[in-house]
Amino acid sequence: MNINLTLIGQAIAFAIFVWFCVKFVWPPITAAMEARQKKIADGLSAADRASLDLELAQEKASKELQKAKQEAAVLIDQANKRAAQIVEASKDDARKEGDKLIEQARAEIQQERVQARDALRKEVAVLAIAGAEKILETSVDAKAHSEMLDKLAAEL
Amino acid sequence: MAADTPVEYIQHHLQNLTYGKLPAGYERVDPYTNDVTVMQEAGWTFARTSAEATDMGFMAFHVDTLGWSIFMGILFLTIFRLVARKATSGVPGGMQNMVEMTVEFVQTIVRDGFHGRNPVIAPLALTMFVWIFLMNSLKLIPVDFIPQIAHALGLGYFKIVPTTDPNGTFGISIGVFILIIFYSIKVKGLGGFGKELSFTPFNHWALIPFNLVLEIIGLLTKPLSLALRLFGNMYAGEVVFILIAILPFWVQWTLNVPWAIFHILVITLQAFIFTTLAVVYLSQAHEDH
Repeated sequence: MNINLTLIGQAIAFAIFVWFCVKFVWPPITAAMEARQKKIADGLSAADRASLDLELAQEKASKELQKAKQEAAVLIDQANKRAAQIVEASKDDARKEGDKLIEQARAEIQQERVQARDALRKEVAVLAIAGAEKILETSVDAKAHSEMLDKLAAEL
Repeated sequence: MAADTPVEYIQHHLQNLTYGKLPAGYERVDPYTNDVTVMQEAGWTFARTSAEATDMGFMAFHVDTLGWSIFMGILFLTIFRLVARKATSGVPGGMQNMVEMTVEFVQTIVRDGFHGRNPVIAPLALTMFVWIFLMNSLKLIPVDFIPQIAHALGLGYFKIVPTTDPNGTFGISIGVFILIIFYSIKVKGLGGFGKELSFTPFNHWALIPFNLVLEIIGLLTKPLSLALRLFGNMYAGEVVFILIAILPFWVQWTLNVPWAIFHILVITLQAFIFTTLAVVYLSQAHEDH
């Protein structure tokens, strides 16, 4: 319990320890801690930014999606309209074509009927003449009676 | 070893291993044989009795106090330096974690207690806190453990806890005191410091002597209270440990285990109090009025 030189020795040791700590211990440790703090702060702010970015991106994506849907709807609408038009047009064409064919067929039938009637008429005329000759037992001058025969043929 | 009666045992345990200078003509009494030898001339030697240690006066060293405190200081600096060299700002390992926790703890003390700007204060506080903590923690080693080993090596006295020696605690507090004076003069100037001592608390020229007495006592109280508080707590705790050690060995654990557990708190608390107060005193030294 005596106060002696130990006191001074202790004070000197204390001074040396403090000097060493100030010089070699404290700076690297606190530097590392501060660097880590900064890293963590940066990381957190980056995460914040990222989540904000994500939100924006999601918003943008949903907008794009909306737009695409609308466009698609418009396109489908247009396509439907166009298809209806095409169907309508082809129906029209087909109807016209059919009408035309029917017309042609009718004309041909008419023509053939006329021809057939003509041929028949002629034959009937010949038959009539032949019949008349038989009845009259004389030949009928075809030339002399052609006018009458033609009249007959026209009546048939 | 002169430790036959309980009183001798206690006294023996409270005596430091002293290496000092005995004057010429000093009569040395051998503690074992009671033979008396007379010093022919003044010389440095280890004290063999408490009386010799006292008679050595100021010219003596407590080898155990110095040795253990320096050992603890080097232990602290080695561990912290190793961590500091490999300190990473990435994921810290276990050791670095522990060191950083300590550093952060000290940073909190300094942030709360110190209001100036001085890069030395925080590492100073770290040194004080860890060093005192380590020195105090030597107390948790059973009281007879290391003294017995020392005795086997031929050293009569051995007291391992440097903070139970007033020299140990006053050494640190005087260091703090010198820093208080140094920073007071550095921040306020010699005149400013003198003015502060002369004109507070009563700002009137007629009361200068009164103020001076008051302020100087206040100033001197700082290292005194620092050192005595730490010493008193540690010394008292040590005495209780020694008293427990006198009891029969089979009953000791019922007392010294709770006491030791309680002292885990005390050694940390005393290191904390010493550091905090030193920081506050240094903060006051930096305050310019």
